[in-house]
Amino acid sequence: MAKQLLSPLPGTFYRRPSPDKPVYKNEGDTVAIGDVIGLIEVMKSFTEVKADVAGKIVKFIVDNEEPVMAGQPLAEIA
Amino acid sequence: MAITKLLIANRGEIAVRIIRAARELGIKTVQVHSTADADSLAVKMADEAVSIGPPHAAKSYLNIEAILDAARKTGADAVHPGYGFLAENAGFADAVVAAGLIFVGPSGDAIRTMGDKVAARAAAEAAGVPVVPGSDGRIDDPEQARIVARAIGFPVMIKAAAGGGGRGIRIAQDEAEFDNLMPQASAEAKAAFGDGGLYIEKVIEKARHIEVQILGDGGRAIHCFERECSLQRRRQKVWEEAPSAVLPSFVRDKLCASAVALAEAVKYRGAGTLEYLYDDQTHQFYFIEMNTRIQVEHPVTEMITGLDLVREMIRVAAGEKLGRGQQDVRMSGHAIEVRINAEDPAKNFMPAPGTISSLRVPGGPGTRFDTLLFQGYQVPPFYDSLLGKLIVWAESREAALARLARALGELEIGGIKTTKSLHQALVADSGVKAGQFHTRWLEPWLERNAERLVA
Repeated sequence: MAKQLLSPLPGTFYRRPSPDKPVYKNEGDTVAIGDVIGLIEVMKSFTEVKADVAGKIVKFIVDNEEPVMAGQPLAEIA
Repeated sequence: MAITKLLIANRGEIAVRIIRAARELGIKTVQVHSTADADSLAVKMADEAVSIGPPHAAKSYLNIEAILDAARKTGADAVHPGYGFLAENAGFADAVVAAGLIFVGPSGDAIRTMGDKVAARAAAEAAGVPVVPGSDGRIDDPEQARIVARAIGFPVMIKAAAGGGGRGIRIAQDEAEFDNLMPQASAEAKAAFGDGGLYIEKVIEKARHIEVQILGDGGRAIHCFERECSLQRRRQKVWEEAPSAVLPSFVRDKLCASAVALAEAVKYRGAGTLEYLYDDQTHQFYFIEMNTRIQVEHPVTEMITGLDLVREMIRVAAGEKLGRGQQDVRMSGHAIEVRINAEDPAKNFMPAPGTISSLRVPGGPGTRFDTLLFQGYQVPPFYDSLLGKLIVWAESREAALARLARALGELEIGGIKTTKSLHQALVADSGVKAGQFHTRWLEPWLERNAERLVA
């Protein structure tokens, strides 16, 4: 059963560690608990978003550089 | 070329500040904004507002095409860039001028020259302004490096020519250490940056950050004395004063004259700031860089001189001459600004966006609060954390500190964590009262005083 990974904070969601680096994870990648899947920028301070379940990333619900609210689903992991 | 309608390509408290200056000059204002700022104070205050894109700054406040499009649609004839965002983007300044508009700031070429650290250092040296002693450019020969290090005196900093942001920096206390570190630094630079080139710079220990405000009209320049911004956390200023608590007047005269010489040498137009490191043991000052824009901490200069710097920069952008000589700029009393940020000092300054449930703004004599806040405002998480600047003026530094403590006590921001408690602890600190600090002073102080910083 798919589980949603929620944004811990309000801010801007990034899928890459920096603009010239590859994405942390692609759709279809397997993740372990604690794997970084993206960043949330809040007022120029960056917080890593980590998977809280193991499994496969079914899809990203939020695109790179999109604004998010705290508690908003970022990705689906199954 | 009179300005009749000014577009503000910024947000937050500086946008509000610019609207106020424009209104007093009889100039209409256009506030561009992201969708996240549709309810901002600047949007409410401006004569017109234009949405230029989504919250992410790269898609709105940094979107040159969208900003110029808003100027065309509203008939604005000038653009004020504020600070941050596109304020020091030479390409933006050029694009504004190419669109037939006035850029409230220096020319794109002046931004390019002074924005490049090597070019700015060369311009400073050419104008006779002292720079941090070091090698002129890169050094590859270890023997030559040793001669340079000996000449400038230890300790010295060995920096990778291709490095940046503090990476690849080593400090050698003496010649023996220098001989050990040079090959290591070169190898590390080669591995990290693909370029083993190094340069050497004198370490200014316990340096204070002192900067000079200047105004230029493209020909003549004047200074508006100095500000001291030595209280910094992670290289971000948190508390600023004018004048410096420790600068003797004979040094002030030389420092300010050097800033005017450099501004005139590059035919500077607008408001600008020359930043220096100052060694209060030797009274030596060293130019480090120039900011070609209005600065966050400009109000402390306004408080001690009575000038309106934002008005002056709009006037000279419209082609007017300075209209006052150096002898007309006098300083009086002492001003202090503290930055009120949406951060929790008790949790390592974690950002704290949210809704302002209540607001009480300080007032009374010599008290100014430049802010973007109003009750019910939702502080968005997308931009920097500056909520406002509390500025006080009094006839002496001691009286200004007392006034700051009083004004901080009046300030109440409900609903979110702010840095007010940091400033309340600082204003009560004996080191701050004595003016005994330098740019590395605040961070260890924060560790020692962590328990006092409850938000």
